[in-house]
Amino acid sequence: MHRQSSFTDAVLNPDRAAPGGLSDGFGGPVGKRFDVYRNNVVVSLTEALETGFPVLRKLVGDAFFKAMAGVFVRAHPPTSPRLQLYGQRLPGFLASFPPVAHLPYLPDIARLELGLRQSYHAADAAPLDVGGLDPDAMLALKPLVAPATLVVQSRYPIFAIWRANTDSAAPGPTGGAQDILITRPRFDPAPHLLPRGGVTLARLLKGRISLAEAMAATLAAEPEADISALLSLFIASGALTLERKDL
Amino acid sequence: MRDMSVPSSLPHAAGIGYKSRHYADLVADPGPVGWLEIHAENYMGDGGRPIAQLRALAERFPISVHGVGLSIGGDRPLDRDHLGRLRRLCDWLDPASFSEHLAWSTHDTGYLNDLLPLPYTDATLARVAAHIGQVQDVLGRRMLLENPSTYLAFDETTMEEVDFLSELARRTGCGLLLDINNVFVSATNQGTDARAYIDAFPLSQVGEVHLGGHDEDVDDTGRPLLIDSHGCAVVDPVWALYRYTIAQSGPRPTLIEWDTDVPAFATLRAEAARADAILSPVTA
Repeated sequence: MHRQSSFTDAVLNPDRAAPGGLSDGFGGPVGKRFDVYRNNVVVSLTEALETGFPVLRKLVGDAFFKAMAGVFVRAHPPTSPRLQLYGQRLPGFLASFPPVAHLPYLPDIARLELGLRQSYHAADAAPLDVGGLDPDAMLALKPLVAPATLVVQSRYPIFAIWRANTDSAAPGPTGGAQDILITRPRFDPAPHLLPRGGVTLARLLKGRISLAEAMAATLAAEPEADISALLSLFIASGALTLERKDL
Repeated sequence: MRDMSVPSSLPHAAGIGYKSRHYADLVADPGPVGWLEIHAENYMGDGGRPIAQLRALAERFPISVHGVGLSIGGDRPLDRDHLGRLRRLCDWLDPASFSEHLAWSTHDTGYLNDLLPLPYTDATLARVAAHIGQVQDVLGRRMLLENPSTYLAFDETTMEEVDFLSELARRTGCGLLLDINNVFVSATNQGTDARAYIDAFPLSQVGEVHLGGHDEDVDDTGRPLLIDSHGCAVVDPVWALYRYTIAQSGPRPTLIEWDTDVPAFATLRAEAARADAILSPVTA
C-alpha cells in the first residue's frame, strides 16, 4: 500500500498536488481541506523548534526563525515521536544554510540548546558531596560524570552570546573560543564557562579514574590549566556523582 | 494482568490534560479535577523535572496515559522501540488507562506530529486490529482507541466510521475513547448528523470521553471547515452533544483538552466544573 507515501510527500511539499482518491466529502475536489494537514504538520513542528531553541530564535528574530523552521521541518522531519529530541540535525542545517552564512556561531548555539534539553531530560543523580572529607580521601574518589553533565566546545564566544540573550544585565559578547560545561544539580540545567583544561578533565573523568589521577593527567596535557579552580567548578556545579539512579 | 473487562479504571469524573505550568495550582487546590491525562511522549526521558512531577502527581491523582505518536494506523510495522518505551512508562506508572488514536503519523520520511487520516476498508481494519492486538499484548493491558477529527473523504472507504470502530473493539477487545468535539467537527465537515453518530456508537465500550475546542474556517466552496485545535474553550453545541451522549451512556471519565494557547488553571477548572455538573446528576 503506497497511499501513505504519497500522502506524506504531498504534506511535506506544498507545491505538489494533493494525492488522488481524496474528496471534500460532497463529491468535489479535496482542495484546501488537504492543506489542514500540511499546516498542522509545519506549524506544530515549528512550535517544537521554537520551544527548543529560544536563544537561537532571539538571535535571528521570530519571523526569520519561522521561515527557517519551515524549510528545516520539511527537509528533516523528526525521526522519533519524542519531540524533546527534535532538532539534532539543526546545527548541520544551519552550517550550510546560505541566509545565515554570516552568523557562523549559530550552529554552536543550536548545539548548546540541544545540550541543555538533553541535560533537562537526563537521568537523576545525586551530586558528589565532598563535605567532611579530608583532601587525600577526596582525591582518592573515583566519581562518575553525572548523566545530565555535558560539554559543548566552540570556536566562538557562545557562553557570552548565550548569557547576553538570556540575562539582560549580562555584558555583550567579546573574545574568541569558549567551551561550556552544562550541569544539572537538581532539575534546571545551567551552562558554565569552562576554563582551559576543562574539556580534557571532563574526558578523563569519564574513564572513572581517581580525582588525583585525572588532575595529574590534565596538567600533563595542559600545564597552564588552573587545576584546583577546575576541580572546584566540577564539584560545586554538580557535574560529578558517585551513584547513578536510573528509572 | 489487570481486569480486561472494564474499559478503564478512571473515576467517572472530570479530568484535565496536564500542563507543567499548572503543577503548583493543581497541588494547592484541584477543585473538581479528579484525574489527569498526560501525553506519553513527553514522559519518555530518563529523569529530571517531568518524571519527578509525574511521580508526585501520580500519588494524588489517577493518571491516564494518552499516546500521540504510536501511528497505530500506519501501513508499516509499529515502532518496537517506541512500544518498548510505552511499556516502560506504563510499567512504572501503572496508569488507570492507556489510549491512542485511530490515525497514523509516521512514515519512512519520519514522524509528522499530526493525526493523519485513514480510509475505512477491510484492509485498514485488518491492519489496525493487528496493531491494537500487538499493543495490548506488549503493554499487558486493554487500550482505548479514539475517534478522529476528519477533514476530507477517501474514495476507497467502504465502511462508516462508527461501524469501523465497533468492529475494531469487537475483534481486539479494546475499549473506545469518544471525543465529542471530534464527532462534532467531523459531522460538520462531512455534512452528517452528529447525534446519529452518537446513537450508532457502541457506548458500552466507551472508557473515556474527550471535550476540547476547535477553530472555524471554510473550505473552497464556502462550506464550514472546523479544525480540531485544542486551543480554546468547548463551544455550546459540543456541550449539548456531550449532555446528549451522557444521558445515553451514563457517567464516563471526561477530559478537558487544551493543548495550545494554554490558559490559567482557573479556566480549566471552570471547564472541568461544567463537565462535572453534567456528570453529577447522572451519578447521583
